[in-house]
Amino acid sequence: MSVSQVFSPAHTGDDGERILRYTLGERVNHWIGGLTYIYVLITGLAFWSPYMFWLAVLVGGGPAARFWHPWLGLVYAASVFWMYKLWRGDMVITKEDRAWHGAVEHYIRNEDENLPPIWRFNWGQKLFFWLMFYGTILLVLSGCGLWWVESIPWSLRWLRYLSVAVHVIAALATIGGFIIHVYMGTAMVRGGFTSIIRGEVSPAWAKTHHRLWYEQVTKGTNTRE
Amino acid sequence: MSQATLEIRKISGHAGPAPGAGVERSEQVCKLVDTTTCIGCKACEVACLEWNGYSFSETTFNNSYQTMPETAWNYWNLIKFNEHEREDGALMLLMRKDQCMHCAEPGCLAACPADGAIVQYSNGIVDFQQQNCIGCGYCVSGCPFNIPKFNSTTKKMFKCTLCSDRVSQGLEPACIKSCPTGCLHFGTKDDMLFLAEKRAQQLRENFGLEKAGVYDPPGVGGTGVIYVLHDATNPEAYGGLPKDPQIPWIVQFWKGPAKWIGNLAMLGGIIGVTLHYLRFGPKHVDGWKSRKGGQP
Repeated sequence: MSVSQVFSPAHTGDDGERILRYTLGERVNHWIGGLTYIYVLITGLAFWSPYMFWLAVLVGGGPAARFWHPWLGLVYAASVFWMYKLWRGDMVITKEDRAWHGAVEHYIRNEDENLPPIWRFNWGQKLFFWLMFYGTILLVLSGCGLWWVESIPWSLRWLRYLSVAVHVIAALATIGGFIIHVYMGTAMVRGGFTSIIRGEVSPAWAKTHHRLWYEQVTKGTNTRE
Repeated sequence: MSQATLEIRKISGHAGPAPGAGVERSEQVCKLVDTTTCIGCKACEVACLEWNGYSFSETTFNNSYQTMPETAWNYWNLIKFNEHEREDGALMLLMRKDQCMHCAEPGCLAACPADGAIVQYSNGIVDFQQQNCIGCGYCVSGCPFNIPKFNSTTKKMFKCTLCSDRVSQGLEPACIKSCPTGCLHFGTKDDMLFLAEKRAQQLRENFGLEKAGVYDPPGVGGTGVIYVLHDATNPEAYGGLPKDPQIPWIVQFWKGPAKWIGNLAMLGGIIGVTLHYLRFGPKHVDGWKSRKGGQP
């Protein structure tokens, strides 16, 4: 039994044909970003509320959490910028996405047969990507203000306060996206989690969720429009 | 003064109320700094360093008596020298002892996320507890007087303790003890306010300083360090003493309504996706029929 068969979900029930959806580099990138985000989320929530300060204990206590939070935040940011390099072309919102967005209630209701065909990523994935991309830029900038707060001169102290506000707002926005992303990637869209681990999806999965991309990769053409 | 073990009134970053807060009523302690009798001798600076075990810091020269621009993590008490031209053209050298103001409503404590890293004792002293400090620097953003300072070696914040160790043993703070002119006084807040008002009145009536007054800013609930100023309408002239200090509104919003809005939003997100799963379930593609409308 091959490794990929072991990792294949039990409900696939097909002949084992697989399409490469995420390269190894994309998967490594995704998980560097994902795991570091979870770390800064846990430590960030600890600093956010006294009722969640106990979360800092899980990762070595308050001072350790405070020490590593900005550094792993930078690793996370680097992975997001790398992701931008990898995916920005695929993440442009197209006219197919707008049509898909117009029918999004069918997606929410799992009536996927009523959805127009789309490319490699759907409108929601693209929205999430850009939310995380711009959110991360804001988090890095405001995070630097919090990190070196004493270096901001007293006469420019409004920058200290702005850093607090921007860091909180950007963090909450990315947390909202993160909740939906984790839910959809694990519980809702079956096969999605396997694809970001092993990189492969079945032809049926590709046809159902990303038909234009499926046709593109199976025909070996690169034309988008 | 308080000879008892100091009881705690407020705790930073604490889930729930401070245990035992308000059980015992205690006199509020206060330092009175009369800037009109300060001669800028810096005896208080030396006494502060001596008592707290720090050595003198390197000085900088900027064509004035100012030895260094501001307080440091190991230099909690600094005289601010300011040359000030009065309306009648007379030159005044304003000297103000700068240190933690020990606000009744401390911005540092409000901003601090670490449980018990900042406490306010029932006598009003605001004290940092370095063993609980995580070194995040939020107190720097919360303080309207730019007082907390970071030690980058130990990664802890420091500031004037109002000699809580001495006060708890019935002694006055080290700076007060060293003052040769009697410009520094220490006692209960009520007594110090009485003394300060009396001195301000004397300045107004006998010295022609019509604007003389007491600095005890209400925006932070009053302070545990009060000043007598020659011109109470212009505290900024005394090395940037803020006219109406308050906890920055962003910090207040962050530690107040934003907490509830954010927590409800996060909880709403988790409840939302859970309800979606219960109502519509997963999207199966391979070997399963996609189920319509959530019906089993």
